[in-house]
Amino acid sequence: MSVKIILFGKLAEIAGGAVSVENVADTDSLINTLHKDYPEFAQTKYLIAVDKQVIKENTVLNKKSTVALLPPFSGG
Amino acid sequence: MSDQNLYERYHRQIILPELGEEGQQKLFFAKVLVIGAGGLGCPALQYLTAAGIGTIGIVDDDTVALNNLHRQVLYSVNDIGLSKAERATHILQQLNPDIKIISYNERLENQNALMLFEEFDILIDGTDNFSTRYMINDACVLLNKPLVYGAISQFEGQVSVFGNRNDEDVNYRDIFPDPPKDGEVLNCAEAGVLGVLPGIIGTMMANETIKLITGIGEPLINQLFTYNALNNQVYQLNLSARKETRSLIPKDGRAFLQMDYVWLCASPVQQSEIGSDIFNDMISNGNVDVIDVREPHEMPAVNEFKHLKIPLAQLSDNSSLIKSGNIIAFCQSGKRSLQAAKILSGIFGDTKNVYSLRGGIVQWKQDRAKQPV
Repeated sequence: MSVKIILFGKLAEIAGGAVSVENVADTDSLINTLHKDYPEFAQTKYLIAVDKQVIKENTVLNKKSTVALLPPFSGG
Repeated sequence: MSDQNLYERYHRQIILPELGEEGQQKLFFAKVLVIGAGGLGCPALQYLTAAGIGTIGIVDDDTVALNNLHRQVLYSVNDIGLSKAERATHILQQLNPDIKIISYNERLENQNALMLFEEFDILIDGTDNFSTRYMINDACVLLNKPLVYGAISQFEGQVSVFGNRNDEDVNYRDIFPDPPKDGEVLNCAEAGVLGVLPGIIGTMMANETIKLITGIGEPLINQLFTYNALNNQVYQLNLSARKETRSLIPKDGRAFLQMDYVWLCASPVQQSEIGSDIFNDMISNGNVDVIDVREPHEMPAVNEFKHLKIPLAQLSDNSSLIKSGNIIAFCQSGKRSLQAAKILSGIFGDTKNVYSLRGGIVQWKQDRAKQPV
């Protein structure tokens, strides 16, 4: 099962292109896998949204889920 | 200016049935403070001035520089070296002499923020650094004032409205509870920004402000709008308030004045984290208050050392219980205690040393089980 992942800001820059993660049942395992694949993610603060809803705790994913990871911006 | 001229000036928006004369009146009686007259502030100010907001405040202690001009389109080369707040006021007043524009050529700090914000109905955050952003957010929550938020980086922007009417309204700390540390997120000077991007985002901030004032449409309350200028992708996220957020925000004006927002964003957190060995040494040395910041029912119970029990959410209200010059907070895993350490450092500043037990009480118990008896 592969979920759609949308990255913003610095995270998109670190990943350098489309990211896909196979066989993840929930957001915790997705984040674990991403941190293994892209260790720099672990040093960045970001919010996690599943299907456009910002989540606060581990959330079950299905094959239609879209997960967005969005870091804070400071510029003005 | 005569009423006829005023009608003429705003005619094209007054004839919008949603806005009408009533909406124009509301704009005229509104007081809006724009914090930062830079990339986001300039376009927001231009449209708010043109729309006929009756009173606009501009706070910024910066001066115009040549490298501002590609995005801060209010200014010209003749303004270089001059106060942004004063130049913006002068230029905008020419655009609309019938409104009141007040310039505050000063740095926004804890000491002046609350008093200044009290004078206005809506605040607009066009600042360029996290410590000011968190300070503005906390002040607006304390004062129950709506805050229009926008931020940019390179080709991407974010916009939201923090209603601050009740506990269900999301504020910035519900999205990002703690500020990133210095250098973790690059600012425009370091990462660069396309000049037109703050034009788009700042204009959206003006639009959200006008919607808030006139009550038309749906402001971005509990929503985070994101825009990518390279591929025109728009992504809008639904936000919800977190129970824990309130514990991160100073509980009243006095606590707010004592917060060190610069420290909050600058000091490396690792320094205040200690492992089991140092924790044990500090306890045996004495002169330390150990605080369990977990909720009362949480296991494992701790009876190996003396400690206070103050759950994280009640910490700022009960900080007077802490007498010692050294404080160690602990929780289950070491995460909440880090937040607690931040809150306590914000309250006590340099007067107390604040630490967090790394790995929490679970790790400590494991380490202890490994020790030879």
